[in-house]
Amino acid sequence: MTQKNLSRRNLLKAGVATGAFAALATTPFRPALAADLTVGFIYVGPKDDFGYNQAHAEGAAAVKAMDGVTVVEEENVPETVAVQKSMESMINFDGAQLLFPTSFGYFDPHILAVAPKNPDVRFQHAGGLWSADKHPKNAGSYFGYIGLGQYLNGITAGHATKSKKIGFVAAKPIPQVLMNINAFLLGARAVDPAITCQVIFTGEWSLAVKEAEATNALADQGCDVITCHVDGPKVVVETAAGRGAYVCGYHANQSPLAPEKYLTGAEWNWAQVYTDMVETRKAGGTIPNFVRGGLSDGFVKMSPLGPAVSDAARNQFEAEKSEIMKGGFLIIKGPINDNKGNVIAPAGKAFAEDDIALESMNYLVEGVIGSVS
Amino acid sequence: MSAGDPTALSTPWVRPSAVFLPRLDPLVIPIGALLGGLLAFSFFLVVLGKAPVDFFSLVYKAGFGTAFSWQNTLSRVAPLLLTALCVALPARLGLVVIGGEGAVVLGGLAAAVAGFALSGAPGAIGIPLMMLAAMLVGGLWIGAVGALRFKRGVNETISSLLMAYVAIALLNHLVESTFRDPASLNKPSTAPLDEALRVGSLFGMDVHWGFAAGIIACIVAWVLIERTTWGFAARIAGGNMRAAQIQGLPVGRLIIGFTAAGGACAGLAGFFEVAAVHGSANGSLISGYGYTGILIAFLARHNPLAIIPVAILLSGFEASSGLIQRRMDLPDATILVLEGFVFVAILVSETLYGRFRIFQPRAEAV
Repeated sequence: MTQKNLSRRNLLKAGVATGAFAALATTPFRPALAADLTVGFIYVGPKDDFGYNQAHAEGAAAVKAMDGVTVVEEENVPETVAVQKSMESMINFDGAQLLFPTSFGYFDPHILAVAPKNPDVRFQHAGGLWSADKHPKNAGSYFGYIGLGQYLNGITAGHATKSKKIGFVAAKPIPQVLMNINAFLLGARAVDPAITCQVIFTGEWSLAVKEAEATNALADQGCDVITCHVDGPKVVVETAAGRGAYVCGYHANQSPLAPEKYLTGAEWNWAQVYTDMVETRKAGGTIPNFVRGGLSDGFVKMSPLGPAVSDAARNQFEAEKSEIMKGGFLIIKGPINDNKGNVIAPAGKAFAEDDIALESMNYLVEGVIGSVS
Repeated sequence: MSAGDPTALSTPWVRPSAVFLPRLDPLVIPIGALLGGLLAFSFFLVVLGKAPVDFFSLVYKAGFGTAFSWQNTLSRVAPLLLTALCVALPARLGLVVIGGEGAVVLGGLAAAVAGFALSGAPGAIGIPLMMLAAMLVGGLWIGAVGALRFKRGVNETISSLLMAYVAIALLNHLVESTFRDPASLNKPSTAPLDEALRVGSLFGMDVHWGFAAGIIACIVAWVLIERTTWGFAARIAGGNMRAAQIQGLPVGRLIIGFTAAGGACAGLAGFFEVAAVHGSANGSLISGYGYTGILIAFLARHNPLAIIPVAILLSGFEASSGLIQRRMDLPDATILVLEGFVFVAILVSETLYGRFRIFQPRAEAV
């Protein structure tokens, strides 16, 4: 008899303990939140990812500091039925009247499913997909043109590179990412037309191992300035700096991760966009359904220049930036070819920042080493 | 034993508890383990300076407390029922298949591609064909794991997990190239399904038909393994594969058949994700349902009927994750930690079966 039996007395004791525990669990919960306006933010990843989600969370923090506003937040919400329920839960339990579901994939089908059922709630989506003839009136979208930020990144990179090879770690070959790659290279070529940019696609928005491998591969190939377009640039920035390369940031300010190697970065300025929208809503006004802007509109900003930026680089950076701030700056202007030799624009033709043709970009410009397929 | 058992005559009367208590063993132990896990998690909360009372009342409120909470919970259940079956069915043969995620994403892709090919077809024809495509692809994917196991002796746990990565890579590649809708610029997807090929909600609730399909699949799976010779043969093979072979049981067909059936269930989960939720196949299909299904199947001890309440409980936990984040300022991983505590408690409780004298048939009655 090696079996150990639990006595009935001990089992009863355990039963009483669990019963008492269950009784505790049914006591009333806290009263609902009370405020003039409750605003909900939903993120697809962690709020402190040094990237896409952190940029939005910084905007949320600015809204939190406003008077008469309560902010509720959820992070790591996947683009499944889960986000529909998160939105409805914020509406049902917190009385949210304005929602910012911030991931690109939240719009179709999720916001489109929830918005018609909640006509008094306003759904603001980051991504620029709303169109007047197809989508509910209580939904809207906003997005920023961040390509010029990558162009300015490219200028600091063009001055910092010794090998004349710069690198780009990219998630997927989609128009928004291709625009950033092209802008980064064209910024660097504004310094020295001999510079080339090697791009590596990881295939995923957030896949740390591949991002590290890609960064190391770029460093192995001699790229000495590296930037990226992935959800969380932390791995790329730290790996690149660890390999001795300079880095340009993206989405948010990553300078704390590599203070010596960080040149500058293209950041979202959601704080301004969000406080404006919340202010409009509080004042009883209507937020426009379709809002877009770039550097000159305050949607995008640049990280402060790092200690590695030379005086020559600083001067050119500031000069081009003040040119951009006047508005109407053109990145893609002819004569320009893609990296397979096809003409994108002949001499004299150019694409404005908000040209709809740029939104289906499917090429890499001459000087970028890599392929979109 | 029964009241008419002659050996029972040695006691003056037969206590009713002696009849039903032994049957409670498989019920009391998992529930006790669940409560034990919750209790251990409460200590964790106390260490963090949070009140367990607040926590559990929020879980109750957000998961089960209101009509909305129930819809929130039930709308998450469908894929979990089906992916849990992808683990539970092969488990009958002693196989640990953990790659259901691969069958979900490829099943979803197959459904979307079939739906595209069937554009214009009425729902009554198109939807069954899409389901068939999803189940076929899911079944082939996990059935291949079974075939590798039987024919080449490849460990099914490792191969199914690795094949899930292959499946995800395939999905990403195909929605970004061959099957990409050119209009899906910044989120590569297959072409959106016709409205006629979408699956709607169940009886006016905000819960889609996948929930009903999942419940039916669980019941069918239970009948299959508890009430058919196939299920009996599978259990024998699961107990001792060599002995089953010597007995002349078709072990190879059983292995491939049960893994394929599990894969078909996971593929069906992919179909409902596409037809009821997303409307097209894209990277959002990769959301870990296949992995949550493993947890559920183990908690349910691979019993298809037990999968139903366990999946509902876990969905309730996940439905409450948002409110926990918002009200208690705890990270979203809190619910994962809770699930971890419960999982470990259930695994530990496996050692307790047969140790409670109260649940044992009385010695003189044996």
